[in-house]
Amino acid sequence: MSAAAAPQGMFDCRDAYVATLEELAIVDPRIVAVVNDSVGSSKLGKFRDRFPDRLINVGIAEQNMVSVGAGLANGGKIPFVSGAGCFLTARAMEQIKVDCGYSQANVKLCGISSGVAYGELGATHHSIEDVAWLRAIDKLTVIVPADPWQTGEAIRAAVAHEGPVYIRISRMPVPALDRGDAPFAIGRAETLRTGGDVAIVANGTLVHRALAAAAMLAGEGIAARVINMATVSPIDIAALAEAAATGAIVTAEEGLAHGGLGGAVAEWCARNAPVPMRMLGFPGFLPTGSAEWLMQRFGLSADGIVAAVRDVLDQRSTR
Amino acid sequence: MTISFSASNDDFAARADRVRVRANWMRRRLLGMIVKAGQGHPGGDLSATDILATLYFDVLRIDPSRPDAADRDRFVMSKGHCTGALYSALAARGFFPEDELDTYLQPESRLNGHPNRVYLPGVETNTGPLGHGFPVAVGIAIAGQIDRADYRVFALTGDGELQEGSMWEAAMLAGHRGLGRLTVIVDRNRLQQGARTEDTNALEPLADKWRAFGWEVVEVDGHDVAALLTAFDAAAEPRDRPRCIIANTAKGHGVSFMRDQAGWHHGVPSAEQYAQAISELEAETGS
Repeated sequence: MSAAAAPQGMFDCRDAYVATLEELAIVDPRIVAVVNDSVGSSKLGKFRDRFPDRLINVGIAEQNMVSVGAGLANGGKIPFVSGAGCFLTARAMEQIKVDCGYSQANVKLCGISSGVAYGELGATHHSIEDVAWLRAIDKLTVIVPADPWQTGEAIRAAVAHEGPVYIRISRMPVPALDRGDAPFAIGRAETLRTGGDVAIVANGTLVHRALAAAAMLAGEGIAARVINMATVSPIDIAALAEAAATGAIVTAEEGLAHGGLGGAVAEWCARNAPVPMRMLGFPGFLPTGSAEWLMQRFGLSADGIVAAVRDVLDQRSTR
Repeated sequence: MTISFSASNDDFAARADRVRVRANWMRRRLLGMIVKAGQGHPGGDLSATDILATLYFDVLRIDPSRPDAADRDRFVMSKGHCTGALYSALAARGFFPEDELDTYLQPESRLNGHPNRVYLPGVETNTGPLGHGFPVAVGIAIAGQIDRADYRVFALTGDGELQEGSMWEAAMLAGHRGLGRLTVIVDRNRLQQGARTEDTNALEPLADKWRAFGWEVVEVDGHDVAALLTAFDAAAEPRDRPRCIIANTAKGHGVSFMRDQAGWHHGVPSAEQYAQAISELEAETGS
């Protein structure tokens, strides 16, 4: 997928990421960026021009990139380690586990162009396993923002939070969501729409699709609650209890259908409030296709979510 | 630059003697820890002991009462499995009570088989899997370079550890950035867990490799404390390149039956072997 400007009314969250990072870096000299020859794909060119000493390009070396980030944190910096999500997480998994999570280093990992943003480039370049992998790492906060505002807020929250954080930053165009004044907080979900018949728990690029699905369902007389579960780890238990109270849950994420957000929700529900669930996501290595084609193909669309809601409600009514 | 470590005015021979006394104590103490715990890595502990004693009792500008001081020198134990040596040095240097060494590997002890900075003061980053500590040390040195800070960064790596690709990613970056306050010490005991490094995946010509990555290289006898002190004194001089000290060592050094034996990578001496080891080490001190 090219880095061309997003369609009218749609945004590339990388822009919010770098704008926020630059703004914070002006007042906080601890902030540095670490990249793996990914200045362009991370959109950090302006950051580099503005803070040439604070952009550390380690070259094409993801393991070293993450370890160097941990070292920079030891030296009092707040490193934003930015690279394509597929390489950052898979190549440097042990560095994320040991140097960041286990060491509780103050490193901020930014998985750029995560999910299936690289569409046609294939499974090597898809980062659909990242949330499942990283939520298994103790002490590591995992955030999947849904839109530009939330991306910026996640960056601010990561700076304020002492400890390792993974932020999944999409390049898939998303709209700015309508929301109230609720501030973003790590570990707190957003209820974007209330409803008592079913809950749709989504994050990232699936949130606006979940809202569209809920609007369609309203036309059928189904009141769907839409929860933006931006923080997957630690997950918002109170929001999950509210979701389970509807009696049925559909999860939707631009990632594996197992192990990620859907898995986290299912684990909690199985222990505390079992309800019928459907988990929308990808099954594994994917066929060739554009990002949007893949999303449609695997039901990660408003229509797909509507179908999953009908399906889960059928199960509930026939129990 | 003036190096103001506590020993700066001492007579060189007195400095070396003091380090030797500490190293001998560490050897006896770590063997006792391993016997009590019923497991450990005595071979690599003993090859690293003189290097660690030199760092902790002469070179490092550290204050155990302020283990997080921003201007402290950093030491990173990249060969994280050699905790017998590391913990005995940290305890003797005052980071935690010496008695705590008796809890080594016991349930709930802070003295895990591999060092944990979250629990234990004086540990800079958690290590254990090889190929992690040295790249983190490079990151620390970059932070210092950005801040034009005065602190120095030291990392001790195993030689087998240099088979990890991440080590060379980090070495390349350190050379590229000219990290003049970074020193890596290679514990060149020529044995890895199962066999000789040169029979497994040869490292030689090792000094040439480091030079090709932009490093200054010196080779010393890693059990000759005077030679180590000289190398570290030189490493303290201002320079524009990182320095690698290849310390030629022997696994199990200091205990005759362990010396240069791959079988003592892991291993626990019997009561009889332990008594013999202690007796050899005591003889060395003349006590």
